Amino acid sequence: METTGVPAGWEAYGDERKERVGFFTDTSVCIGCKACEVACKEWNLIPEDGLVWSGESYDNTSQLDANSWRHVAFVEQRKPLRVGEDGEPGIDRGDPDGDALRWLMSSDVCKHCTHAACLDVCPTGSLFRTEFGTVVVQEDICNGCGYCVPACPFGVLDQRKIPSTLNTGHKPDLPALGPLERGEKEDGRVWKCTLCYDRLKGGHEPACAKACPTNSIQFGPLDELRERADARLAKLDAEGWNGAQLYGRDPDDGVGGFGAFFLLLDDPEVYGLPPDPVVTTRDLPEMWGNMLVAATAMVAGMAAMFLGGRR
Amino acid sequence: MSETNGRPPGTTSTRGSITGTGSAMRSYYGRPVIKEPVWTWEIPVYFFTGGLAGASAVLSSTAKLAGNEKLSRTALYVGAVADLVSPALLISDLGRPERFHHMMRVFKVTSPMNVGSWVLLVSGGASNTQAVLELLGWLKPVKLAAEAVSTVAGPLLATYTGVLVADTAVPVWHEGRKELPWIFGASAAASAGAAACLFLDPADAAPARRLAVAGVLGEGALMQTMEHRLGAVGEVYGKGTAGRFAWAAKGLAGAGAALLATRGRRSRGAAALGGALVCAGEMCLRWSVFKAGFQSARDPRYVVESQRRRIAEKGSKVTTKPGGEPGSAGRGA
Amino acid sequence: MPSLGTSFGRGGATTFQQDLQNADCIVIMGSNMAENHPVGFQWVMEARERGAKVIHVDPRFTRTSAMATKHVPIRPGSDIAFLGGVVNYLLQNELYFREYVEHYTNAPVIIREEFVDTEELDGLFSGWDPEEGKYDVESWMYEGMELHASAGQREEGFDATKGEGSGHGGAGGGLEHGEPPEEDRSLGHPRCVFQILKRHYARYTPEFVAEACGCTVADFVDVCETLAANSGRERTSAFCYAVGWTQHTVGVQTIRTAAIVQMLLGNIGRPGGGILALRGHASIQGSTDIPTLYNILPGYLPMPHTEKYGDLESYIEANTSPTGWWGHFDAYFASLMKAYFGEHATPDNDFLFETLPRIDDDNSVYFTIEQMLKGAVKGYIIAGENPAVGHANGKAHRLALSKLDWLVVRDIVEIESASFWYDSPEVESGELAPEECATEVFFMPAASHTEKDGSFTNTQRLLQWHWQATEPKEDCRSELWFYFHLGRLIKQKLAGSEEKRDRLVKALRWEYPTHSQIQEPSAEAVLQEVSGWKVETGEFLSGYPGLKADGSTLCGCWIYSGVFKDGINQAARKKPHWEQESYVAPEWAWAWPADRRLLYNRASADPDGAPWSERKRYVWWDADEGTWTGLDTPDFGADKDPHYVPPDDAKAEDAIAGDHPFIMQADGRAWLYVPQGLEDGPLPTHYEPHESPFRNPLYSQRANPRRQQNKDLPEDPYNPVAGEPGSDVYPYVATTYRVTEHHTAGGMTRSIPYLSELQPAMFCEVSPELADEVGLEHGGWATIYTSRSAIEARVLVTDRIPSLTIDGRRTHQVGLPYHWGTRGLTTGGSANDLTHMALDPNVHIQEVKAFTCGIRPGRRPRGADLPRFVAELREQAHSRREQEPRVEPEETRKTTP
Repeated sequence: METTGVPAGWEAYGDERKERVGFFTDTSVCIGCKACEVACKEWNLIPEDGLVWSGESYDNTSQLDANSWRHVAFVEQRKPLRVGEDGEPGIDRGDPDGDALRWLMSSDVCKHCTHAACLDVCPTGSLFRTEFGTVVVQEDICNGCGYCVPACPFGVLDQRKIPSTLNTGHKPDLPALGPLERGEKEDGRVWKCTLCYDRLKGGHEPACAKACPTNSIQFGPLDELRERADARLAKLDAEGWNGAQLYGRDPDDGVGGFGAFFLLLDDPEVYGLPPDPVVTTRDLPEMWGNMLVAATAMVAGMAAMFLGGRR
Repeated sequence: MSETNGRPPGTTSTRGSITGTGSAMRSYYGRPVIKEPVWTWEIPVYFFTGGLAGASAVLSSTAKLAGNEKLSRTALYVGAVADLVSPALLISDLGRPERFHHMMRVFKVTSPMNVGSWVLLVSGGASNTQAVLELLGWLKPVKLAAEAVSTVAGPLLATYTGVLVADTAVPVWHEGRKELPWIFGASAAASAGAAACLFLDPADAAPARRLAVAGVLGEGALMQTMEHRLGAVGEVYGKGTAGRFAWAAKGLAGAGAALLATRGRRSRGAAALGGALVCAGEMCLRWSVFKAGFQSARDPRYVVESQRRRIAEKGSKVTTKPGGEPGSAGRGA
Repeated sequence: MPSLGTSFGRGGATTFQQDLQNADCIVIMGSNMAENHPVGFQWVMEARERGAKVIHVDPRFTRTSAMATKHVPIRPGSDIAFLGGVVNYLLQNELYFREYVEHYTNAPVIIREEFVDTEELDGLFSGWDPEEGKYDVESWMYEGMELHASAGQREEGFDATKGEGSGHGGAGGGLEHGEPPEEDRSLGHPRCVFQILKRHYARYTPEFVAEACGCTVADFVDVCETLAANSGRERTSAFCYAVGWTQHTVGVQTIRTAAIVQMLLGNIGRPGGGILALRGHASIQGSTDIPTLYNILPGYLPMPHTEKYGDLESYIEANTSPTGWWGHFDAYFASLMKAYFGEHATPDNDFLFETLPRIDDDNSVYFTIEQMLKGAVKGYIIAGENPAVGHANGKAHRLALSKLDWLVVRDIVEIESASFWYDSPEVESGELAPEECATEVFFMPAASHTEKDGSFTNTQRLLQWHWQATEPKEDCRSELWFYFHLGRLIKQKLAGSEEKRDRLVKALRWEYPTHSQIQEPSAEAVLQEVSGWKVETGEFLSGYPGLKADGSTLCGCWIYSGVFKDGINQAARKKPHWEQESYVAPEWAWAWPADRRLLYNRASADPDGAPWSERKRYVWWDADEGTWTGLDTPDFGADKDPHYVPPDDAKAEDAIAGDHPFIMQADGRAWLYVPQGLEDGPLPTHYEPHESPFRNPLYSQRANPRRQQNKDLPEDPYNPVAGEPGSDVYPYVATTYRVTEHHTAGGMTRSIPYLSELQPAMFCEVSPELADEVGLEHGGWATIYTSRSAIEARVLVTDRIPSLTIDGRRTHQVGLPYHWGTRGLTTGGSANDLTHMALDPNVHIQEVKAFTCGIRPGRRPRGADLPRFVAELREQAHSRREQEPRVEPEETRKTTP
């Protein structure tokens, strides 16, 4: 069993530290039922995210944001689901034109990075590393500065803006909404997947994994999940699945490995995922140094302005 | 797209079938990979006022050392005012302004915004103490201490905002991390000098004039270098709002600098106008950088293509293809 | 489900979803299982992971196809052609399971000489009576046997449109004795079922199938070969279907064809085999077992009929089959009457048989709506149904409701069927004026399943108990509460009545303990009554074999008898399968009948009682113990020797031989050929849908001659068909369906933000070809129209709904989810406003899976322009049709030999 990339701040828990847990989302068995999205919203009391028909296949959630912590992507393709060594379609999709047809579905979620930019840049300490090695926003601390939003290489975090035009027609008794219940202004805080921190503390698996009927969303100790994923990839490869690849499994990647990683059937960008995410704070020391030089240069430069006397 | 069968907003536009789109696309229906910042107008304005405050503090003390009392005092007051405005701007941008003090719960060197908040608190506190005591002529030792503090904090305040934006996943910001603190520093210096020229008799403003001109020239050169180095990622500086602000910045600051250089010595009016133009130019520069970040985040091409280039050079570990060789092209990929 | 009932003996799924994991091949057809039964679909995925082939035959490439190992697109309404082709392929290439077919089906049985097949009568069977528009089935009978009906399958000679019909019949036909006198085990006799079958499907060649269905010969042959390769002693294949098969004018016969395929392959009663009928609601199976249907009583006992039976004796006589378990009809009925009337029901007063209501006419929903439109119906109660959106021809339904005096709607939200009078499309168009609508609507808010105790009978006949989690809010009440207190009040009001007609209500047993402030009746007390007990001792019954005809037992539904065995709520057992020894998980809930999970499981053993193979062992004969044993409750006489041969005078189940697993059938065999019990033929035949652009490639008889249609109902006009003049106004094939995100007519989902946001608008799915042809833009709007109405929908242009080539013509399909209406968080056009009310003759089910329509870009006309727009197109189409003779000659032909 290889060493897990160790998240900063996780070890500080000492004896209270728990085994690092996460998700392995195996998209090769995802049936796109969206039960994960609904279970997540039910458990975490997340408000409705707007009634917009996108036309993007069967996906009307469109993205992860403050009000969608699970997002099932749908991609229709004229590509074979499986290919033999010769590149011939291994499985006939029964298409009259003879062309292969496949429908990719994948449930996206916060990656709970080993090196999490959102957590690093949070100025208030609202974002923190839990004893389970996950990353959570404390809603009572967040002051909505929004710094984590552009810092996340996956575009997971977002500020909750609920226009008063939404959620009318039904009363959402959702405590998490705060200001909205008084019908006042935007919530203003940032929200994201907590990997059901409250459920973990109670010894339960996260709501999405619990609801997933085909076990596409697998929850468990990260090391165990990585082993399972390797075996799965080997099996799919043997069966000639087209484009099968693990995404975020490797502890040596730009974010030190994902706490929630995936088995995809096409390149990450096709699912709206960055092909080579890097935690921005990796370069921060360099940036600080660079800044100090710039600051000093500024002082020097100014001093120089007085050399020319009073003319 | 006719009136009746037109696509309502929010719908993906595609010619032919959505299946065709899915087969060809290299991003998820052209949606952004990362989120645009949620920051509003206060932030670019703060970049300007913060820079002005920081640079003015330094200008004030250097002028004092050089024996230019008038310039020193003017810069002190300008900086003090800018230091008063800045926190107000930052707080009003927060989603939960009433929780602004949470910034001070911790000191976090991994968070440029947290560090910046402390710097602003210290530098602002110092410069305003200094200004007040200067006005009243009380407590000289305290004033001197405050002056020392603001002189040290000033340059940091003027340049950290460059790190603030660079320390994000926004390609045009993060990739520009080498130049941004320098650009913001130069811009701050220019605005400090220019601001001084606004209020000061040209006779006493020579260093300020030089500072403004040098700042404008410096930042111009740095911007060129950065855009050139960024290549495709940098093209947003020539596009849309960011592009328009960039041109305005060059035009206004350039004209202002030219005016100060040529007629700033003789004409009080020209000096004032020149100073105003440069300040306006610097404000536009901050807006240009700010908007460029939004445009860079909005278009998935910048994220995907820059990362794909990186993979082509170094390979990637984030994907594991069959056989275990990371980043290698898998079957059908 | 008379299809499965007549074929195997019971009108329910023959297997259970968990058993799908043992299948070597699963054919999903007429169902979008992944989208509409996602939880059960996990077992299909499990099978796929174990290497099983998963074949999806469907007009669309759905989420199910995406998970399948093969998808074969066919034209809606061509299922019998496809499956008939499979039958022919298996027979021609001798790929059937000979030993199974010979012993366990009626293949060897010889049919009367008078029987004439459709092949000789150009699409009609012998016995067709054009005047009556129905069949005289005498000639379909077994050689040397008299016609004898058996329960749930009465009234062959009796017009289904005038009453009982066969309802959702639970059981197969009866014969006067178990063993047919005339059979030929060599299967060679020209009049034996096997040879008739061979001749009947001889023309269903792969080439014919490709032409008729629009698939490729290669795909079709591959399906046949895959099925054959994964059936037999060592391997088994399963079929899953849903309303994609049932909702046709030939729905019952389509399922029958699959039954024939599974019989030939020997896949019934065996692990990993069977036919899984996937039901669309939580307890639809339950609602036919303990029926909300007008023509049957609990347990599929037929409703008494004015014209049919005088007294109890003749009723019992007419419904008792001398052989098989229907031989105890009198016991089932007497026990039901005891449950109804308690001590008031005695053998001396015929258990108050005479007080039971009688039916004298078709009271099925569509016939009732027709009467309603004619002003013949005064009051109506709608519970847990949204006909204004969910039933075919929604407009006709809404107009019908507006002609009532009063209407009671019970639902969890105010649905379109309750609000039609002020916010329906007809109000928008001015066809219905709220101030003039005389219907008095009473909306009764219903409690949801979390607010009440009760049981669901799921798709696999499994009774699963659920407990109340919270008190119903405000005025919301459970169905149980509503009907109990309604009954209580009526009894109070009639307490003093001496009227003869009120005897039934006065005699009714109506005591159930109640609890909580709202006086909620105890659901468990009701379940106890359903399960039954001995009247003297009050001892709970352990199953229907314990039922007596002398009134000494009480049982509310004989097939559910035993669900409260030992005084324990067996349906409430919740031990998960991973804590039990076998995957069958016998300690999870309770299944009818007699807690059997896999029906007819004696067939999992060979005639001698040994498993067909080690790999597929399930239930087998233990000679030493002298009993049947295995993983499940044997669906057979527990100690009946496999070599048992019934004496001639044997009655009931004793008349079934030891090697005949289908104990509900009078002859103990599965019926390839159904001599009685179906309205439209002993063998399935390909007919075109009621509305189709095509002629029947086989016969001049275009569509099912026996289908029910409203020839003189202005509210239900039909499109010209089969290339008639005017048919080009409605040139495309439309099909309706559901998506995962919503539930049927949307009452339960369009009001929930978390579901509405997932599919927030009515849309239609079209192929790029069709989009080009009519100028539709992806994401834009389209107007879809039929003779009935027009709706608008957002356009989803996708390759997932292919255009097909049917007999040389490029045919385009329009896919229409039917969840939307005028109310809720997300609103939109109702697909059912487009559909018509032509029905299947056996179960009166509408044909909404295949009809014709037109489509054009842009939004629909508004207000009064909408009906005008529809009428203009209809006139245009129909006026042209009048000029030339119709393509429908069948009404004029007579075939009685």
